[in-house]
Amino acid sequence: MPEKFDVIVVGAGPAGTSCAYTCAKNGLNVLLIERGEYPGAKNVMGGVLYRQQMEELIPDFWKEAPLERPVIEQRFWMMDKESVLSFGYKGLEWGVEPYNNFTVLRAQFDQWFAKKAVEAGALLITETVVTECIVEDGKVVGVRTDRPDGEVFADVVVLADGVNSLLSKQLGFHKEFRPDEVALTVMEVVNLPKDKINDRFNLEDNQGCTIEIFGDSTKGNLGTAFLYTNKESLNIGVGTTLSSMIKAKMKPYELLDYLKNHPMVKPFIAGGESAEYLAHLIPEGGYRSVPKVAGNGVIVVGDAAQLVNAIHREGSNMAMHSGLLAAETVIEAHRLGNFSQSMLNNYREALYNSFIIKDLEKYKDAAHTFEKYPQYFKEYVPMMNQAASKFFTVDGTPKRDKQKQIIKNMTSQRGTLRVLQDLYRAWKAVK
Amino acid sequence: MSTKNIEEKQYLLRFKCDTKSHLTVLDHDVCMTQCPDKICTVFCPAEVYKWEGTRMQVGYEGCHECGSCRIGCPYQNIKWEYPKGGHGIVFRLA
Repeated sequence: MPEKFDVIVVGAGPAGTSCAYTCAKNGLNVLLIERGEYPGAKNVMGGVLYRQQMEELIPDFWKEAPLERPVIEQRFWMMDKESVLSFGYKGLEWGVEPYNNFTVLRAQFDQWFAKKAVEAGALLITETVVTECIVEDGKVVGVRTDRPDGEVFADVVVLADGVNSLLSKQLGFHKEFRPDEVALTVMEVVNLPKDKINDRFNLEDNQGCTIEIFGDSTKGNLGTAFLYTNKESLNIGVGTTLSSMIKAKMKPYELLDYLKNHPMVKPFIAGGESAEYLAHLIPEGGYRSVPKVAGNGVIVVGDAAQLVNAIHREGSNMAMHSGLLAAETVIEAHRLGNFSQSMLNNYREALYNSFIIKDLEKYKDAAHTFEKYPQYFKEYVPMMNQAASKFFTVDGTPKRDKQKQIIKNMTSQRGTLRVLQDLYRAWKAVK
Repeated sequence: MSTKNIEEKQYLLRFKCDTKSHLTVLDHDVCMTQCPDKICTVFCPAEVYKWEGTRMQVGYEGCHECGSCRIGCPYQNIKWEYPKGGHGIVFRLA
């Protein structure tokens, strides 16, 4: 093992592995450090992997990667206690190449992806915690690990150490996160025979369905639940901002059991066998929580840089793309022999010009708005369910009168002016 | 069977336990005198924290390493590190 590498990447998740893979492929000497027993051992995801950003790295990856099902249907539920108002889209074009997205089980996927980086020439070391960056003269020059004689040096260190990113906090790139900047999410993998999944979700063997559930799935708190189909299992999970969890004094696993026993959800998982239970934080602070992402000899990517679009459940794709952008800057820096902050800020510029920061910027007020004004999840979801029930129940009332009653119900519950304010505020937050 | 409580959920998991805790309550008096809610005992997804009348018991062996307790403790009273390399929780699936 050489004493010094061109680049050290901390963390073998989607962001770190993308960066390590791309750097190695371009001839750089790469060390990829993972604290888990294997890549994926510490990583958790609801389960949707988007094709586009993965394909940029490995063309036709779906022919060899361990994927579960291509998603051909996405449903969205506004759920009340005993009802659901749903909409969705199902399209067979998503079931054929090049696909839109896939469900995946991360422990398998991350191992496969890290193997690709190793095949490209990266050196992977597992079971190793990076305890701190080694800083000399204001420049990161390497990392200290929990191994004996565990100092390793490099021209540049890429921090892909996940949502908690203790390393970028140590460098002063961000302060400790607030409880409203992270979502605490718990999930279970529930085994179920393939035929049952196909029947219950109206699918064929190589077709998948995702359901995002708002409203009573979080007991009206800011967050969502999800139900995704794997080949022979379902991923079911629920999360809210940590601040909402604290405010409502909820136990996350009890919320998960509430969801599993909800009459709208229960039939989907009936007879299933729980195989794993997982908890993880999701960085959901958005645009305003993105830390400093480049310094002298150091770059921050993926969850560590808070790159998650919670509204569209996009995270791993942003992680991968940020890893790729970081690699492009590192390769250029290597060519020029310049690893200063001003050079590495090319990565920052690329990131801010990409869909990643543009999308985070679009929704910069969304989380804050929905946290501050809980009526959207707590009041409007039940109101919309009541409206649908009223409108579609045939009881001899003329439809025009029903419409009037529905609007009257809404405005009498919240007041005309407040309804208009709510609508305007919501539109502003997501426009 | 689908799990019905946290004990059954935790039972599904594989842990490679270290002998030393990676979680440290800095001052048990803060929990006792300043924190009536002891909210970490509520939101921790693995029920790691249990209040025992005068001190906080920390069952680090079942920790998912999510970081919620570090961020959610109202008194920043929890020192949070990663377990030694290769130790702690080992997710096998998702």
